[in-house]
Amino acid sequence: MQRVQAEAAPERDGREAAISLRGVVKRFGDFTAVDGLDLEVPPGVCLGLLGPNGAGKSTTMKMLTAQAIADEGGIRVLGFEVPRESKRARAVMGVVPQQDNLDEELTARENLEVFAHLYRVPRRARRQAVDDALALAHLTGKQLTKVDDLSGGMRRRLLIARGLVHSPALVLLDEPTVGLDPQVRAELWGLIDGLRARGTTVLMSTHYIEEAERLADDCALMSHGRVIARGSPSVLVAEYAGARVVEHYGPPDRLTEVERIAQGAGLSTRRTGPSVSVLKAETIPPSLEDELGPDGVRRAANLEDVFVVLTGERVE
Amino acid sequence: MSVQVERAPRLRRFEFAPVRGIWRHELALYKRYWKSQSFASMVEPTFFLLAFGYGFGSMIAVIGDYRYLDFVATGVVGVAALFTSVFPGMFNGYIRRVFQHTYDAMLATPVDVHELVTAEALWIAAKSAVYSCTPLVVALFFGLDPSWGMLLVPIVTFFTALGFGLFGTWTSSVVPSINSFDYVITGVVTPLFLIAGTFFPVEALPGWAQTVSYFNPLYHCVELVRDAVFGLDPLADLGHLGALVLFAALMWTIAVRGMRKRLID
Repeated sequence: MQRVQAEAAPERDGREAAISLRGVVKRFGDFTAVDGLDLEVPPGVCLGLLGPNGAGKSTTMKMLTAQAIADEGGIRVLGFEVPRESKRARAVMGVVPQQDNLDEELTARENLEVFAHLYRVPRRARRQAVDDALALAHLTGKQLTKVDDLSGGMRRRLLIARGLVHSPALVLLDEPTVGLDPQVRAELWGLIDGLRARGTTVLMSTHYIEEAERLADDCALMSHGRVIARGSPSVLVAEYAGARVVEHYGPPDRLTEVERIAQGAGLSTRRTGPSVSVLKAETIPPSLEDELGPDGVRRAANLEDVFVVLTGERVE
Repeated sequence: MSVQVERAPRLRRFEFAPVRGIWRHELALYKRYWKSQSFASMVEPTFFLLAFGYGFGSMIAVIGDYRYLDFVATGVVGVAALFTSVFPGMFNGYIRRVFQHTYDAMLATPVDVHELVTAEALWIAAKSAVYSCTPLVVALFFGLDPSWGMLLVPIVTFFTALGFGLFGTWTSSVVPSINSFDYVITGVVTPLFLIAGTFFPVEALPGWAQTVSYFNPLYHCVELVRDAVFGLDPLADLGHLGALVLFAALMWTIAVRGMRKRLID
């Protein structure tokens, strides 16, 4: 894929963040969707914006394209001030929305052609750009098929291709695999991974822990409109959940007892339905292990442990 | 290799590049649906013309200096301009915004709301300008005398359709549901074409209704079409054209404002 450059893009010294949000607030009536958000995404990084529904991820995405206007704070995208210079920023970024908004009445190729026009790909490069996007999404053989007749996975791939038809420097992926079956999700992960390999900056909102772990170089955990933790998945897991976790299953009384013992020893726990997980299991002294009981099952700690510990909320 | 964009987007200005992109979208859809669109847009006014022209025409031979069929033919041009613009403005605007989310996708590209609204309205107006001439062509086969002024009719219908298309877009941005269009159609669109001098002269209406009709853009369209076909009255016609341009400008302002309110949080 080829990179599109806006003629009037300000000169960047290579150190400026691809995305920068400072103290951004967005309210909808009495509800504060984004609450003093500070976030920087360096160029060439795939940042996973992780959080449950309602955390403010989609609103943040919309503010980056000026489809939502911040009430407070400053936003810069690829060196352009948003919303004042958002049109220039939108010319050099691609957006893959959560909602499928392809034109069902048009073919896959026609959808891409329309967006190649809208993204102002020059006439001489347009056909090649559309061909490249179709190839990237493995849809060359389906280019003349109406979108209405494509499978869910193909439509999703086309949606991604549409956001890439102008070879943007930055791609916003809003819940790229939500509602898809595991096989299609894996296919899309391959596609997104290809973007990272090309050095495209990616901001990907997701509430799938596994997706963030697989794709993101860096993660920002959002809750109630702000970032509550930031780092690579492995660093976050090591810092907040340790290397291993012990899961105890049993009746509610037993789980409450495990929680009491672990918390009494200064350990963090997370309750998920029929189990209690004791984090940083590698730090549990043998005497405490005896007290907790032999029924614990050890497993590797993951981002979900981090998230639940930090927010008390669950993600998928 | 690096691909340059055609031109860096200009800030806060109206640009033609987004308009071209949106027209490309319209053209792709039109290529698929031109037959059904053309059928509906051309046959419906023809039915009006034949039904009123022959139905009433058998009872009313002339109105003023015109044969009734000629009077109706020129009036139906206005009705066609109204129908072929206000309905696409309303329904396309609503469906693309609420159900298909097409506008959300477009606004994520270097397209601003005012360019989106303008491009779609221009497309609607261009199509309507052509389709609205159908009654005149049909009437030619039924004895309407051809005149050079007829060539001005597409210009008149273009401005009329531009205003009504934008009116449709504006209503699509203010109605709470698609069913609310029933109120607009029955309460606004139908009275508009009944008090515009389309099927009978406005002079036949009560005084208050005549006054209302002067504020009806369709009245100015119909008057202009009649003058274009039967003989221009330059001063009065400039006034009619001014009314249509003013209407379009007003509708553009509220349509852009309404859509911006709906599309930008």
